[in-house]
Parts: sequence; structure tokens; C-alpha cells
Amino acid sequence: MSSFDSELPPPPRRRPWTMVERGLAAVGISGKALVIAAPAIWLTVFFLVPLLVVFGISLSVKQFGRPPYTPLLTTEGGTVQLTLHLSNYLRLFTDNLYVAAYLSSIKIAFISTVITLIIGYPMAYAIARAPDQWRNILLMLVILPFWSSFLLRVYALSGFMSGNGVINQLLGVFGIPPVVMMQTDFAVYVGIVYTYLPFMILPLYTNLVKLDGALLEASADLGARPLRTFLSITLPLSMPGIIAGSMLVFIPAIGEFVIPSLLGGPSTLMIGRVLWDEFFANTNWPRAAAVAIAMLVAVVIPIMLLQRAQDAVQDNEMSK
Amino acid sequence: MAKKPQLAIDTRPWRDPAAKPFVRIKNVTKKFGDVFAVSDVSLDIYKSELFCLLGGSGSGKSTLLRMLAGFEEPTSGSIEIDGQDMTSVAPYNRPVNMMFQSYALFPHMNVEQNIAYGLKRDGLPKGEIADRVAELLTLVKLQDYGQRKPHQLSGGQRQRVALARALAKRPKLLLLDEPLGALDKKLREETQFELVKIQETLGVTFIVVTHDQEEAMSLATRIGVMNQGEIAMIGEPTDIYEFPNSKFVAGFIGSVNMAEGIVIEDEPDHVRIRSAELGCDIYVGHGVDCAPDQLLWWAIRPEKIQLSREKPESPFDANVTKGMVEEIGYLGDMSVYQILLESGKRLRVTQTNTVRGNPDSITWDEEVYLTWGDSSGSVLTV
Repeated sequence: MSSFDSELPPPPRRRPWTMVERGLAAVGISGKALVIAAPAIWLTVFFLVPLLVVFGISLSVKQFGRPPYTPLLTTEGGTVQLTLHLSNYLRLFTDNLYVAAYLSSIKIAFISTVITLIIGYPMAYAIARAPDQWRNILLMLVILPFWSSFLLRVYALSGFMSGNGVINQLLGVFGIPPVVMMQTDFAVYVGIVYTYLPFMILPLYTNLVKLDGALLEASADLGARPLRTFLSITLPLSMPGIIAGSMLVFIPAIGEFVIPSLLGGPSTLMIGRVLWDEFFANTNWPRAAAVAIAMLVAVVIPIMLLQRAQDAVQDNEMSK
Repeated sequence: MAKKPQLAIDTRPWRDPAAKPFVRIKNVTKKFGDVFAVSDVSLDIYKSELFCLLGGSGSGKSTLLRMLAGFEEPTSGSIEIDGQDMTSVAPYNRPVNMMFQSYALFPHMNVEQNIAYGLKRDGLPKGEIADRVAELLTLVKLQDYGQRKPHQLSGGQRQRVALARALAKRPKLLLLDEPLGALDKKLREETQFELVKIQETLGVTFIVVTHDQEEAMSLATRIGVMNQGEIAMIGEPTDIYEFPNSKFVAGFIGSVNMAEGIVIEDEPDHVRIRSAELGCDIYVGHGVDCAPDQLLWWAIRPEKIQLSREKPESPFDANVTKGMVEEIGYLGDMSVYQILLESGKRLRVTQTNTVRGNPDSITWDEEVYLTWGDSSGSVLTV
């Protein structure tokens, strides 16, 4: 029987993690709960709470002092009073500036997204279809601009487009009079498209690279010319990538502040700038907060609907 | 299950030198970089044939099929389909359809849309397309599945949708890349039968690529065995199995015992080969293109050797050797014996189990005699 004893498995090693796990289990916390709790706590502290603070400020009114808004809760003679002001929100609808800024932001973000898609799609397609040894280099080139400061790149763009910038100097060589580009909507579009292009290319690439080449061959085999194959097979199958990329461009572009301030002119109306002005120029924190919350609602609801549509598309593609 | 010849034996087109081939592959070579995927292949395929290209991976069979479909262009040589040169015609302009190994069903379209895809490209009127789709769904027995998406179908159903889609445009030539490869064994056997039936009913010429020799044997009118980019042998399944032209073909199809020997008698009506490996002479009852003292190989299938405890008659003092039963594999319908010869060579012999639960069957470690007929084996020089 002694030979059997020697074949017993060795006692489990005491790893630090097992001990932590046991300790947590003793107080009723499983490892799974811990893993879920970490991001939940992070999001609560750094996203949900600040958002609620902003929402709270949006329901107060401006006052001189510190902080520059009235408190929501006041205690007077032993009674707690909650004062909610809706005036900031009402103002958003009555003052044309805000509505115009919202619409203009959406317009600029939408047009930028479409342009990014038109430029980004062929690039993503080319990278996805490139030979293996080229693919990573090309992807690298797409990501490379991120290694330099965003501000620096926007300033560089203004150097390109300014009155005596590179482009106008080049035009001067051919005797063409200088073109005004800076401080126009055009410059804002250039800035946004340039900055956000990688966000369009990357999700499109990850989608297109998965596209089964046999499907394209099958389409050609059944008599479809390349354009027809693209419209009937490639484009519908890359819809999830198009939606993901468009959202990654559209959402931040709506609230974009740096690009319109550096490249746009006084007539470029974007909600990010309005917000900045309310906050820093007018020191009207409650108004700025209301603008932010309203933008969130205006953007989040359509995005959620879009997300749901995308999920439906993806469910269809699943397990093909 | 093999395709029953519709024509009398003497009118099988490939046996008639005057017959006009439907597909003519002439000296086709395809190089990828420096690698010859297909080298100098010439092949004629006749109308209504079910031709199998059989080979291992990397043998060039798929590349040849892809050149027929138009996905690859030959480096040199020409491909003619129905009398027209197709060598560099784009895939969408060829009267050829292909059934892909992965089926390549469009995941965002339902079964009907998949089948209708090719018809729509031809710009047929809607009603006609609907009729044709219904007809094809009936053909592949999927009438109730028209609205399903590919991911809602089983493997066998997807295979049938792929077949229906490939047949939709009534191609003159249908190419099938490992059509049964993704199915499990039982389904494969059923589907094989259906495939042959459909092919017979429609009379379309099929070219099937497969690595599965059983599949090729049971499906094909003729088989082209490919090895390293070249055609090793073309023939009817029985030719390929019973009369292989080379060691490669003999070894690739089924199992085979191969022995080395030296020609000691070379007469017009018989040949005698002395094989040290077998420990006996091999008497071959027909003339062979060889020379005395030539080293060659003799191949025999396991089922063509008989086992016995008593020494059998040997009319030419040949074709009998002795060995010991080393292993027995009982397969139910037959048993596989591995016999160790005195030379140390092992032979594989199969015997049909004709007697139920035979108590007197040959068993392990028994000394047995092995014998075979004078035309049972193939003499191979390459």
C-alpha cells in the first residue's frame, strides 16, 4: 500500500492570490464580484458623480461669490430647502444662440463624419487587402500622428492654411492669389477630418480585414462585376464598422472645442465654444452646465438608438 | 453509389479518340513566385462527366479549379470551355459556377436571396427569378427554409443552399471544391448520393476537387490523381484502383503492399520477378514492358491475397510465401491481418468474414501461407 501513498498529489502550493481569495470569501466577496466592482467603482467616482454634480449645478443660478452658483440645499431656521431652477434650460430654448450652436455643431460633426468615412473607407479597405508584411506598417502610419501632441498638429495645420502659409506660398508660385482658409468653416472641417480620421479607419479596418475573400469570389463567380460586389457584399457586411467608426468621429466632433477655436473664425458656431464662453468668459457655471447636460441628452439618445440598430446588425452576422 | 454510366461502355466519350472534349486544359502552368503550383497539366473533360481531381494538400488541385473559375490566371497554357478560350476571361463572364469549400454563403442574405443573387445579376424579371428559386429549393429539398439566414441552418443544409446557388444560373460547368468536406461521415454518404443524382438529372458537367479518395471513387466517372502540381494518372475509378500506373498512385488510393524485385524471366506472355523481400518469385501472367535484371516494384491490394494454413498449389513454383500472423484487426465485415514474413517485411491482408463467429479462424502467432493469382498485382516501373 505504501506505493499508493507516494502517488498522492502534492499538497497545493500556497499562492498569494489563493490567500487573498480565501480572505475575501470569508467576508462574502467572490473574485468575480471584485472584478466587476473595480470598473463599477471607477465609473461611479469619475463619471457618474461628476455628471450628477454638473446636473446639480445646472439646476442652480449664477451668483457672485465662490462657488459662483447658488446652493441647491439651504438650511434656514431648521428647515432644509431644496431650490431647483429650470431657468437655465428654458433659456436654452428661448435664446437662439444655443439652438443655432447645437444645430451648427451637429451639422459640422455630421459633414465631417461623412467626409472622414469617404476618405477613411478606401484607406481601411486598402490596408485590409494589403499583403501581410505591409499591413502592420500601414496601420502604424495611421496611428503614428497620435505620438505627437494633438495641439501641436492643429497648430501645424494652421501654419499650412494661414495667409502666408505653405499652401498659399505654393499657389503664389503658380501666380494664383492667396486663398483665405484660416478662420473659416473650411479650416474646421479640415481640422476635424484630419484629427479624427484614424478613429474611422481603425474600426473599419478591423471589420474589413475579417471579410471572407471567398464571399467576394462567390459574388464574382455568380456574375457580379467588382462594383456590384462592393455594393451588395462588402458594403453591407462592413456596416458594423461604418457605424462604429462614424460614432467615434461624430460624438467627439459635436463637442469639439480646440479645433473650432484655433482654426475656425468668429462665425464658426459650435456648442463646445459656447460652453467655454459661458464658463470662462461669463462665469455662468449653471448655464454652462445646462448646455452640457442638454448636449448630452441631445447626443446620447440618438447614439443609443444607433447602438441598438448596430447590435441588431451584429446579431445577424453572428455565428455565420 | 458511383455514377452509373448512362452510355454503353464503348461510347464513353473519353474512350473515343474522336470525341470533342467540353473542357480542354492545355499545358497549363501556374507559378506563385518561384513555386510551381500546377505544372504543365493537360486534361480533357467531356460533357456530363463527373470528373474528380484527387490529390493531397499542395498537389495543385485547388489551384487548377480556381483557374477554371477564373480566380487565378495561368502563367502559361490555355483553358477552353465549350470551344471558347477562357484563359483570361474574368470570373463574372464565365459560363461556370463554383461551389466553395466554405460554401461562402452571403451571411446578410437569406436562403432565397443567396440563390437569387446570380439570377439578379443576369437581370431576369422578378417573377422568373422567384420561380427558379422555388424550383431549386425543391431540388435541394429546402422548400421551407427560404427565409432563413445561413447561420440558422445546419452544415448539411448550408451545403445544399450552396449547391442550389451554384446551379441557379444553369452553368455549363459546375466546379465543386471539397463539396462534402465540412460534413460528418454519415451526412457525407447521403449527400454524395444526392449529388450524383442531381448531376445525372441535370446533365451538368461537374468537376470536383477532393482529397478524400473514397469520395472520389464513389462519385466520379473519371479521376485525375494529382501530385506536386502534375497529373499522376487519369482514369476510371477501377483503372485507378486496379491498374495504377505508378507507385504514387498505387499508394495514394486505398492500401497496398509494395515489394521490390528483379526481373529474371521476361517473356511476351509472362514475367517472373524474384523478390527477396517476399521470399518467393512473383509470376505475372502477362507481358510487361521491362528488361531482364531490371529492378522494379510489384504492388498488390490486401484483399487480393489469400491466407491458408496448408501450403497451397503453386503451378509456376511462385506466388506463395510464408509468414506469421502478427496483428489482427477485426472490422466486422472483414478482418485485417498483418503478416510478418521471414525477410522481416510485413504484409497487410484482408479476409472477408464469411462464417459467423468462425471458431476456426486464423489467429495470432499462427504460421500461414500467403498466395495470390498471377494477375492480382501490378508491376510498376516508376
